[in-house]
Amino acid sequence: MKGENYMNLEFPSKSANEAFARAAVACFAAQLDPTLDELGDIKTAVSEAVTNCIVHAYPDELGPVILKARILPDNVLDLVVKDRGRGIENIEQARTPMFTTGGDDRSGMGITIMESFMTEFHLSSTPGKGTTVHMKRKIVRRGGKK
Amino acid sequence: MKLTSFVQDRQLTIALTGEIDHHSAKEIMDTVSDKIDVYMPLRCILDFRDVRFMDSSGIAVVLHALRRMNMLQGRLLLQNIPAQPYKVLRAAGIEKITEIKEECPK
Ligand SMILES: Nc1ncnc2c1ncn2[C@@H]1O[C@H](COP(=O)(O)OP(=O)(O)O)[C@@H](O)[C@H]1O
Ligand SMILES: [Mg+2]
Repeated sequence: MKGENYMNLEFPSKSANEAFARAAVACFAAQLDPTLDELGDIKTAVSEAVTNCIVHAYPDELGPVILKARILPDNVLDLVVKDRGRGIENIEQARTPMFTTGGDDRSGMGITIMESFMTEFHLSSTPGKGTTVHMKRKIVRRGGKK
Repeated sequence: MKLTSFVQDRQLTIALTGEIDHHSAKEIMDTVSDKIDVYMPLRCILDFRDVRFMDSSGIAVVLHALRRMNMLQGRLLLQNIPAQPYKVLRAAGIEKITEIKEECPK
């Protein structure tokens, strides 16, 4: 019966956790029976959001990364990625394709990719307090029983 | 990071493998640059056949290799790109600034 499913994770901002986070969400999302393409989009978006916490939110120290996933009615995966790091001064600027405050190992495409790969994307941030990314992805119901 | 590569007629082919994310990108970037510096190829081909996942960190890897090859006045080619990395590269318009030799059949 319909009690909506969810999971919450918290881990330190170590880069080794990037692969863990996207794999965990991919496993959780499997119950929505996504296609490989849909799963690829979700993993990419999670990787971008978690990487931003690791690289930008806590540039010089480790801090907590909070990841929440929920299944909403109509086959929607709801994701929240949150940090308590330095925050973003100018969100419009951060959203601009190719804009980065990182070094030449960053492309400035993370936010653009999250926005285009997910059905809904919302970014909120308070400088000095932290940043929250809230995104949703509808998984198309395909034929077959469920 | 051990990346397999081979050289023929000043054409350097590097096979990328595994998952390219921020955790792995720096090392991949350095390895690719080192190989380009050692072999000074006229063409460098990055082969994506065995890339199982790539996020926007991979875009930086490609741009880095592109700058390196531009400095040598050589060309960078990408080949055998699976669907997931291809979608990420396309989001950055990479297909407009590098040559894509063969896409992976879907
Ligand atoms: N969680 C975050 N905390 C602080 N700053 C962030 C966060 N996420 C994004 N940013 C800022 O937004 C910019 C753009 O992010 P993004 O599009 O992912 O590109 P990149 O990560 O390659 O810099 C970053 O360079 C950074 O300045
Ligand atoms: Mg990013």
